[in-house]
Amino acid sequence: MTTIDPTTDYDIFDPEYVLNPFPTIDQIRESECPVAHTERWGGSWMPTRYADIVAVAQEHDVFTSRQILVTGPPDGQAPEGAYAGVAAPPISSDPPEHHWHRRLILPFFAPQAVAKYEPITRELCHSLIDKFIDKGEADSAADYAQQIPVRVIATMLGVPTDMSDTFTGWVRGVLEAGLMDQEVRLEARGNILGFFHAQVADRIANPREDDLITTLLNSEIDGQKVPVEYVMGVCNLMLVAGVDTTWSSIGASLWHLAQHPEHRRQLRDDPELWPAAIEELLRMYAPVTMARIVDRDIEFQGCPMHAGDRVLMSFPAANRDPRQFENPNEVDFEREHNRHVAFGAGIHRCAGSNLARLELRIALQVWLERIPEFQLADPSAVTWAGGQVRGTRVAKVTF
Amino acid sequence: MKVQLDYDACHGHQSCAIAAPEVFGADDYGNAVVLIEGDLPVELETKARRAEGNCPERAITLIDS
Repeated sequence: MTTIDPTTDYDIFDPEYVLNPFPTIDQIRESECPVAHTERWGGSWMPTRYADIVAVAQEHDVFTSRQILVTGPPDGQAPEGAYAGVAAPPISSDPPEHHWHRRLILPFFAPQAVAKYEPITRELCHSLIDKFIDKGEADSAADYAQQIPVRVIATMLGVPTDMSDTFTGWVRGVLEAGLMDQEVRLEARGNILGFFHAQVADRIANPREDDLITTLLNSEIDGQKVPVEYVMGVCNLMLVAGVDTTWSSIGASLWHLAQHPEHRRQLRDDPELWPAAIEELLRMYAPVTMARIVDRDIEFQGCPMHAGDRVLMSFPAANRDPRQFENPNEVDFEREHNRHVAFGAGIHRCAGSNLARLELRIALQVWLERIPEFQLADPSAVTWAGGQVRGTRVAKVTF
Repeated sequence: MKVQLDYDACHGHQSCAIAAPEVFGADDYGNAVVLIEGDLPVELETKARRAEGNCPERAITLIDS
């Protein structure tokens, strides 16, 4: 543990915190000041109790989505370079626009709509494992987890899956390196929007059948076609939010299973446990922390918050609160009540949650089917990303 | 037992449909719908309780009849 007081000076990029934030979060949560504050990284507040985090998520009129990244200028007035008018709707939208921004994309992500990606996800997982199964070792994060969601999202968007490595680099530029260096973030953002600008222009010139971008371009609100900036923004969101997050969740879950033969055995012996097991792994290894911007001066749990302040919603912290979950640091596939908020809460509940669950389940099922027994090659060599999205980045396993 | 769903509170987590797929489903937008109006068959009550206990928005109420 660092000697600084985390209730007044936490650092979400401290290497120790990135590796394992929970001792610090527990310390804050059980202190007299469970809503911590820091001046670091542009300044932020960080509630650590489940009830407070859910309240921030649900009270969207006070805690706005003008800025949702965990660092950077808190007023949301950062220069965004080219494409300054393009955001990431609906995650970056507030009511009233939020309503139609979200309603147009939800049908693509309903459980019955994402089910069609199950066969290609399964096939993809098998093809990744084919590449390393004979070697007896693999990087469960980089060779497997990282490779899956980007290809599913590219398929869904109708963009070339052979650009997956490029997409991954751009997304990491926004959500990993870019959080500590605004220039890196803006460059990655420019690449993503430049790419989708060209894709959208192509669909306008050559509309496609059964194509998400074409369908969005043809959508109407109040008798008017939606703005092109909206369509580019949705594509931006789907790529940025659909890649790092799910890959982190797959990676962290494999990291867990590598160390828990009893949980591997449980899933093998009782396949009916899968749906609850996925929810429990999502609770335990929730990857995402989102930010909100305070709309007006308020007092929240005794803290004087000012208009423009940033508030972090650490869903990992919420999901480990003992006030809400018995034995929160234990994985229990038979947990009776699991109101986890890995996908957030309120009007911004992760739009891609059903797709994320499907990818996580297929990725783990195919892995356990092909590689029933495996272990970490060197637990101390595992690396994690943190900040906005928490998950393994290097996690070598042997089998 | 009957289930009551607060459609305004539901934000489409689908936790209910995962816990009790016989009782809850999804509309075209992925928000919850109740599949069984009226009394639940007794054998589904345990699953319905789990659905209620898994909803992050506390949008489900169970009414013992």
